[in-house]
Formats: sequence, structure tokens, C-alpha cells
Amino acid sequence: MKPAPFAWHGPESVGEAIAVLAEYGPEAKVLAGGQSLIPLLAMRLAAPAHLVDINRIVALDDVTVTAAGVTVGALARHTRVEKDPAAAIAQPLLPQALRLVAHPTIRNRGTTVGSLAHADPAGELTAVLALTGGTVTAASVRGERVISAADFFLGPLESALAADELAIRAFFPGLTAGSGSSFVEIARRHGDYALCGVGAIAELDDGGGLRALRCGYLSVSETPLVLDLTDAWSAGEQHAAELARAAVDPVTDIHASAGYRRQLAAVLTVRAARQAISTARAREVAA
Amino acid sequence: MSIPKDNTGSPAVIVADGAEPTYDVTLTVNGVHRVARVPARRTLSDFLRHDLQLTGTHVGCEHGVCGACTVLLDGAPVRSCLTFAVSVDGHSVTTIEGIAGSTGGAGAAVLSPVQQAFRECHALQCGFCTPGFITTITAGLVELPNPTRADAVDMIAGNLCRCTGYQNIVDAVLRAAELTRERGER
Repeated sequence: MKPAPFAWHGPESVGEAIAVLAEYGPEAKVLAGGQSLIPLLAMRLAAPAHLVDINRIVALDDVTVTAAGVTVGALARHTRVEKDPAAAIAQPLLPQALRLVAHPTIRNRGTTVGSLAHADPAGELTAVLALTGGTVTAASVRGERVISAADFFLGPLESALAADELAIRAFFPGLTAGSGSSFVEIARRHGDYALCGVGAIAELDDGGGLRALRCGYLSVSETPLVLDLTDAWSAGEQHAAELARAAVDPVTDIHASAGYRRQLAAVLTVRAARQAISTARAREVAA
Repeated sequence: MSIPKDNTGSPAVIVADGAEPTYDVTLTVNGVHRVARVPARRTLSDFLRHDLQLTGTHVGCEHGVCGACTVLLDGAPVRSCLTFAVSVDGHSVTTIEGIAGSTGGAGAAVLSPVQQAFRECHALQCGFCTPGFITTITAGLVELPNPTRADAVDMIAGNLCRCTGYQNIVDAVLRAAELTRERGER
């Protein structure tokens, strides 16, 4: 099917974009990579009167890495973030999760910030932002504000962005020294939406013991779920697995039953945590 | 016709009274400068097929699942059905029609290594999905010139074929890598 007609706006700066959003916000959608939005338009599940196409705002096509973490501009494609060597060192969860986002062809066009703004709880990046405790910066004619991951995801496909706001960048805090990460998921076919996915960050103390273990989940809750499994894991892997099984809130759909997704959450928790801990040990040895 | 001044980006919008606004979109397609006047909702796939009459790019699912419409945008494979033409104004596109010419040299219509490998390995039956596979693999082999069989499977994972069962396409990826190396050594 073909998208319904819309009025197209091609701003070349953030200022121009937010001016358009200030005027048409409630009737407008922002188009970045379009890998989620254009299918919705083509199937006419969405038919916004105005489309604010930010593909000309080259200033937003930016990945900046500092000691604190990775800042991703709203026009940086998944592939660019995935292949950025400095970003991979600062926050390895980014490439670990991005390689699981659809197929390379989709990642060549889709944007990391767009995927956050889409707020699909089956999206890998939503889990990464929540697990790392990242932020999204929104701009509007009223000014800029920084929204924490905990406040950003309100529900399935619903973010805290107001109708006149443009998500201009996301910040993913870096992995601290002595930490390791992992991201695993199960999908029916490579590149499909995950039935369940788990990201893990393990932090070791100076003696090599586990100081902290957190896991982030996708496809098993309405908004990205983050669990602190430090105590449970110390009591035994199975305790952490059972805690995850009880904490997730999956639904049954044509792809998998809720029970199967719970089982995956439990199994993948152990798998991701083990990998994150061994990565943390390896990093410690290397450092 | 009128040209509103509040339109912020190129290409210029042209509004006929009562009609859907259209835009002059300019692309370099297979090395050739092409312009067409289209509405903003024109996908790149329809732009290529309807407006430029380049029907080699096939449209299967029209929502990004099947990969048949894959073209190279500034060298990187993208779904042309998930891209609006107006969004990529000024960029370069390579379609299946440009694959042979891009490696044939001296204007000769020599099959590219990927095309020749498809022919040798019987990697197509009905051929509907083939343009998307060829463009995807052409770019894939630039990035990964010596793929393993697992790499080859991964490379084509985003493209659907209902005829072949994929095994011959995987063979063709490996054969194309071989042909590329052979041609490079000459």
C-alpha cells in the first residue's frame, strides 16, 4: 500500500525543525530513518497530516565519545553507531545490541535515536538506554530538557516526548572500570523481533567479586524493565533466574506464549549474566 | 502554480491549486543525473520504477520485510520501499541496472561477479527477489570479501526467496567472492 498524502517539511537545522513542530506538533510526525514509521504509513496505521523530515539536518548525524559515555545525534544511523570503534570501547553494549537490530540493510537507514523515540518495548536500544541509565535530550521552542530513561518510556510506542518536541540526542553512559556487559536474545529467525532479549552489566570489586549485576529486558514488559540481580545472583544463578521469571510481564501473541517468554527471560538472564561477568574478568585481566 | 516561501529545504515545492504538492527530486542513478517531479509520499522504489522507468528494482511486500527492493544508497544497501525519494534528494543510487555496468569497464555489458555467480550456481528461479539479493551481496562482499558459509547466510538473512530454498544463493555468495578475487588478480 501507499502512504496517505501528507505535508512534507525538510528543515535544515534544529531551529527550523522545532519551529515546524511548534506550529503543527499534534498533527505531525518526525521522520528520521523511517524504518518503523514508513511501514506504519504504508499500511495506513498512521496518517499524520505533516511529516517533519530531519534527514537534511546534518548537524544531528553525529556520534561523540567522551570519558563519560557515548552521545548519539538524532540522525546517526544504527550502522554508524555499531561500527564506531571508540563507542564500542566506551559502551560495548551498543555494538552488542545493535548487531541484533533487524538486518544490516535496515540498520544502514534506521537511526538509534529514532528507535528510542519509537519506544517499542521490543526494541533493543530501549533496553540499552534503560540498563545504562541513559538520557534523551528533547528540544522545542520552549527550550531543551534532558529526560532520564526511567522517565522516557511511558508505554508501548509511547515516549515522554511532547508533540512539539524533537529528540535531538541520546546519551549512553560508559561502562565503568571493572565492569563487563553482554546482550543476548532469542528470535525465530535472525533479524526478527526478539521473543525475549536480555542485556547485562556486571561490576566487579577489587578482589574480583561481584559488586553489582543489573539486567535489562525487552519484549517481556510494556516499558523496558531493569532488574538489580546482585543479591539474587550471589545467592545462586537459579535465584536470579527465578527473580527474572517472576518480574517480567510478557503477553501471549502469535510468536510465543507468555509462559515461554518467561522461561526465556529466566534462561537468558543466566546466559547474559555469565557472559557479562566473564567479560568483566577479562577486561580486568587486560587492564 | 505558486512556490510558497515557507518551505525550508530544497527541493522546491510546487503547488498546483487543489493538488497534492510536488517536489523536484534529483538523484544520481547508476551514474546518471535524473530529475522527476513527485509528491513527498513517493517512495524511492516507486520513484525508480514509475518516474524513472527503472523497473529492475522489484517491490514485494512494500513494508521492509522481503528485501526485493534493496538498492545501494551512496553505496550502502537500503530498502527503497522504506525511503521517500524526497528524503534522498541529491544522493546517489545504484540499482540492479547499474550493477553490471559498474564493473564491466569500457562500456561493455559484462556480468558482475555476483550476477555471474548467480547464473553459474542456479541461484534464481522466478527471479523476482534477485535484484534485491544482487545489490545486497554486491555491497556485502565489499565489506566482507572472504565470507565463510555462515557469513554468507548472515549476509542474505534480510532477503526472502520463495523459490530456491536459499542453498544455491549461499553457494553464489561464495562463488561471487571467488570470482571477485580471480578478476582482481588478473
